[in-house]
Amino acid sequence: MADKIYRVNMTDLSTSTEDVPADWMGHGGRGLTSTIVAAEVEPTCHPLGKNNKLVIAPGLLSGTTAANSGRISFGAKSPLTGTIKESNAGGTAAQMLAKLGCKAIIIEGMPEGDSWYNLHFTADGITINEETELIGKGNFAVVDAVAARLGDKHGIISIGQAGEMKMLAANLSIKDPDSHLRSGGRGGLGAVMGSKHIKFIAIDPTDAKVEIADKDAFLAANRVFTKALVDHPISQGLGQYGTNVLVNIINEAGGLPTRNFTSGQFDGHEEISGETMYDMIVEREGKPKHNCHKGCVIQCSQIYNDINKEYKTSGFEYESIWAMGADCCVDNLDQIAEADQLMDDIGIDTIETSVAFGVAMEGGVLEFGDGAGICRILKEDVAAGSPLGRIIGCGAGSVGRAFGVTRVPVVKNQAIPAYDPRAIKGIGITYATSTQGADHTMGYTIATNILGVGGSLDPLSKEGQVELSRNLQIATAAIDSTGMCLFIAFAALDDATCLPALIDMLNARFGIGLTADDVTNLGMSILKTEHEFNLAAGFTNKDDRLPEFFSEEPIAPLNVVWDISGEEIDTFWDF
Amino acid sequence: MDITIKLFAYFRDGRFKEAASRFFDEGATPQEVITSLGIKMNDVGVIMVNHRHADPAYCLQQDDVLSIFPKIGGG
Repeated sequence: MADKIYRVNMTDLSTSTEDVPADWMGHGGRGLTSTIVAAEVEPTCHPLGKNNKLVIAPGLLSGTTAANSGRISFGAKSPLTGTIKESNAGGTAAQMLAKLGCKAIIIEGMPEGDSWYNLHFTADGITINEETELIGKGNFAVVDAVAARLGDKHGIISIGQAGEMKMLAANLSIKDPDSHLRSGGRGGLGAVMGSKHIKFIAIDPTDAKVEIADKDAFLAANRVFTKALVDHPISQGLGQYGTNVLVNIINEAGGLPTRNFTSGQFDGHEEISGETMYDMIVEREGKPKHNCHKGCVIQCSQIYNDINKEYKTSGFEYESIWAMGADCCVDNLDQIAEADQLMDDIGIDTIETSVAFGVAMEGGVLEFGDGAGICRILKEDVAAGSPLGRIIGCGAGSVGRAFGVTRVPVVKNQAIPAYDPRAIKGIGITYATSTQGADHTMGYTIATNILGVGGSLDPLSKEGQVELSRNLQIATAAIDSTGMCLFIAFAALDDATCLPALIDMLNARFGIGLTADDVTNLGMSILKTEHEFNLAAGFTNKDDRLPEFFSEEPIAPLNVVWDISGEEIDTFWDF
Repeated sequence: MDITIKLFAYFRDGRFKEAASRFFDEGATPQEVITSLGIKMNDVGVIMVNHRHADPAYCLQQDDVLSIFPKIGGG
């Protein structure tokens, strides 16, 4: 059965299915969400109004047995940045939707009145059902309630209180195989789902399989691909220490933004490091390795237990730990884990919200290092929707405006994550030029600037950073279309067998003949589609800049500033 | 000369966790330090001296801080 587009109209509460237009056939994941948003959403619309659309798409390889192919993409105009947005995450939803023949779900319109709804995706289509029980509840209550109603095998995409209140840092939560949550974190897409009064989407489990044009070729390519992933030493390190292994190396390079971006090193780095976290997880009988979707061979997630050896959180990522840790000067992993779990339940981006707390600390709302204060404000203010909670829940820029703080680390109003662009200049180009506001995953130059993956380029030199970021942003746009986890990129950059095997799988899946150049061209065309949307929304090259304090305030220990000019940044788009 | 050595991730296993000060002859290189610790050069991902990336053949100076990482990544 050919894949379909599933359309949900929340204005008249109707659903329909459509054949996939020929122009969309070669797209999946981010390529498809951005193509649909660019085609159907007026760039100047209000992102929380009836004219925005939330598009959900599995990747091109989702639902197959390809290793690490379980990412799901969400697209819309972002209420946080005003740009086009794609946010992707693991969990079980991508594989289930793909197996049910879903190319994409397009949710449009907005209901009149105060009623809330859930969507139920089955083999027969989507039903819209009124929801009363779970309104005002957190994501974990949704997971428990859906399990009680439908069974625990269903896929779930949900929002917490932050999404219901249309906070600009609200995320989308996706259930993983163990009923924990993964997050489509950045850009406030949870607020877009909340604006359409949808609390959650439940997806039926299925035994259906996606069609593979050449099964033997697919199996052979997947074998090569999987070996490349498993054999890469970085994959092995990710399985042991998780992404949090980065705390110490970024601190050592002087690029760990600390105390609201006023230093590049954190005195408490060892206490929050991946090495310490691994020891604590083992001592407390948690699991250092955990997969967020079936078929992941890297397993960077983990089960982090509290001091009583009871489950506390999972998917405990470097950027979240950095933000609550170094940026807010909290050197207590248990407090950070508590805040991580609270934010997962409330459904709010851990990066945006924690950077917002760092700005709030500079603004005198609470003291740097007050981890207990962060947890209290999350519970009493953000979850409850108090005025302070809404200011913090709308992100770092919102807090800066409300409290008169001028050192606000955002690009296009989205918080800069865990790598200081003064000490790691390539990532500054990515923050400045990304079509979606500051986002390290858009072009992860840390690989080459710091980690020595895909060659090496001095992080402190201006030379070559634009080209590095451009090449990585193009490659990332293509990878984000496949449904692959971005962590395949380490192997793809270093192992000559990896990328050809990925392309072989795409060809075997669809019976086509893509070349490496075709994949590069796909990445370029996605970036250009997204950039054109932003230009039509009113953005200019002057928005592709870092906040001025990066050029004026040197950071220790290297005492460096951001020194790449606007003219140099603008050459990014010369392709 | 005295060199401060920092090890990271599994390089700490069976060696040391805290930064350690060790004496080396003038002209010692990161490669010689790494070898003296029983670490295989093939397993080394990143070498930093005083927070900057350094070559295995870099000529170490008195009081340098040498940081040695295996091949790691995240993001």
